[in-house]
Amino acid sequence: MAWVNATIQGGLTGGLYALFACGLSLMFGVMKVVNLAHGDLAVVAGYLAIGVIAVTHVPVLWSFLIVVPVMAALGYVLQRTIIQSALDRGVLTTLLVTFGLSIVIENALLQFASANTRGIGVGLALIRDSFSIGSQIQIGYLLVVIFATAVIVLLGLQYFLSASKYGRLIRASADDPEAAQLSGADYRHVFGVAAAIALGTVALAGVAYGMYSQLAPTTGTDTILLFAFAAVVIGGLGSLWGTLLGGVVLGVAQQIGAQINISDEVLAGYIVFLAVLVLRPQGLTARRVQS
Amino acid sequence: MTGPGHLMQPLLEARHLVVQHGQLRALDGISFRVSAGEVYAIIGANGAGKSTLLRTIAGLHAPTAGSVLFDGQDVTKLRPERRARQGIVMVPEGRRLFGSLTVEENLKVGAAYARPGPWTIERVYEMFDWMRDRRGQRTAQLSGGEQQAVAIGRALVANPRVLLLDELSLGLAPVVIQRIYSMLPQILATGLTVLLVEQDVSQALRVATHIHCLLEGRTTLEGKPADVTAEQVEAAYFGLAGVAPATQRGEGSEP
Repeated sequence: MAWVNATIQGGLTGGLYALFACGLSLMFGVMKVVNLAHGDLAVVAGYLAIGVIAVTHVPVLWSFLIVVPVMAALGYVLQRTIIQSALDRGVLTTLLVTFGLSIVIENALLQFASANTRGIGVGLALIRDSFSIGSQIQIGYLLVVIFATAVIVLLGLQYFLSASKYGRLIRASADDPEAAQLSGADYRHVFGVAAAIALGTVALAGVAYGMYSQLAPTTGTDTILLFAFAAVVIGGLGSLWGTLLGGVVLGVAQQIGAQINISDEVLAGYIVFLAVLVLRPQGLTARRVQS
Repeated sequence: MTGPGHLMQPLLEARHLVVQHGQLRALDGISFRVSAGEVYAIIGANGAGKSTLLRTIAGLHAPTAGSVLFDGQDVTKLRPERRARQGIVMVPEGRRLFGSLTVEENLKVGAAYARPGPWTIERVYEMFDWMRDRRGQRTAQLSGGEQQAVAIGRALVANPRVLLLDELSLGLAPVVIQRIYSMLPQILATGLTVLLVEQDVSQALRVATHIHCLLEGRTTLEGKPADVTAEQVEAAYFGLAGVAPATQRGEGSEP
C-alpha cells in the first residue's frame, strides 16, 4: 500500500512539475529559446504573490489573477527587448542572455528579499485538508488543485495552439519567421505573445510552488528550472502532453526513490531523466522529426 | 529608363537600389518600373543578384542606397509584414511552407492579413483541384510541384496587388514547371501584377511582357521580349563582350 501511495503522491506532484515545464517547453518550441531564467521568473512570481496578498488582502488562492497578467506583460517586454535582440544574434546568445538574467534576478532577490525562505500561506481549510482513500492513502487537496490546474493549462494551451487563428500564427512563425512575415505576420509580436503566455504559466508555477513548499531566491535554479528541464526531456521537447507525462514520471520516480530511501528522492528523478536521455533522447512521446 | 508604354504612374518602382552583402555589392544601382498588369521578369545567371533584388522589394533586405516605391509611396523603410499587408506579397525561393502545418493551415496563415479581393481559399482549391482533397495533409507529404502550388496559393489568398515570384522553377521537373506557369493567365486575369525572377530564360521570355537582365548586380539588358534578339539576351546573360545593345550597361569583364 505504501508503494501505491508513493505512486499516487508522485503522480500528483507531477502536475506541479508539468506546470514548471510548460512555459520552458513553449519558449523552446516557438522561439527556440532555452530560457535559463525560467525558474527565477517563477520565484519572482511567487514573491510577487506574497507581496500582492500582503498589500491588497486578496484571497490567497486568487492572487494569481493579479500575478499572471503582470508576469505575462513582463514576458512580452522581455521577449521584445533582450531576448529578441539576442535571438537576432543567434540562438546561442539567448543562452548567455537568459543565464545573465537568471543571475541578476537571483541576486536582486537576495538583495531585496533576503535569503530566508517564504511560503505563500494557504490558510483556507479546503487547501490544508486532505481526503483519504482506504486507511493509508491521504491525498492533499492542494496537490489535487495544482494537478487540475496543470491539466487545464495544458488542455487550454493545446487547444489554443491547434485550433485558434492566433495559435496557427504562432506555429507558423515558429516554423519559419521570415515566411510568416511574407504573409503579413509580425513574428516579433507573435513571439512576444508566445512569451507572455509562457510567463503566464510560469507565474502559475511559481505561485503553486509557493503554496506547496517554500520559496527562496535560489529555488528558481536549484529546483524549478532543473525539474522543468527533467520533465521536458522525459516527456519530449515541444510536446505539451509529453510535458504532463514527463512531470508525472519525474514525480513518481522521486516518490518511489523516497520510498526506498528518503535521501534518494531527488536522485531517483535524475536517474530516470538520464535513462531517458540515453535510451530515448527524443522523449517518451515525441515522434522522430519528419524530414 | 522610361520606355514607351510606361506613361502612367508605375505600380512598383525601384530607384538606384544598392544592396551590400558584407563586402559583396549584390546590387549596384538597379532601377526599374513595373506598370499594373505587367509580367515583369528579372533574368540572369546564378549570383547575378536576382533574388536579392526581389527580397529587397519584399523588404527582407535593406538597401544601403536607393528606394522602392509602391503605388507612388516610398516603402523603402517599411518592414516586410507591412509591405505584405499593403499588397506586395512574395512566393519565396524554395517555397518555405510551414512544415508543421497542414495545406489548409498554410493557406489560412496566408489569408490572416489579407486585403479584400477576389482570392479566397475556395478559389485556390478551384484552381488546383487536387488541393481540396489533400488539405488536411502536412506539406512535407506533397511533391515539389504541389508544394509550389501551395506556396502560390498562400500568396494569392492575401490578395496581393503585386505578386513576387522567386525562382518558381527551382528543383522542379520541366513538365511541372510548364503546369505551374500555365496558371499564370488565370492569376493575371484577376488584376494582379507579377514581378518574377527566373533562371530559366526561355520560360521567362514566354510569359513576360518585359524582361530585365542582371549580371553581377548591374542591369545589362531590358526591353520587351519581342524587341530583343536571342543573341542580345545571351550576351547580357553571360556578359559577353562585343555585343552591346542600346541599354546595355556595365562591362561584365570581371570573372
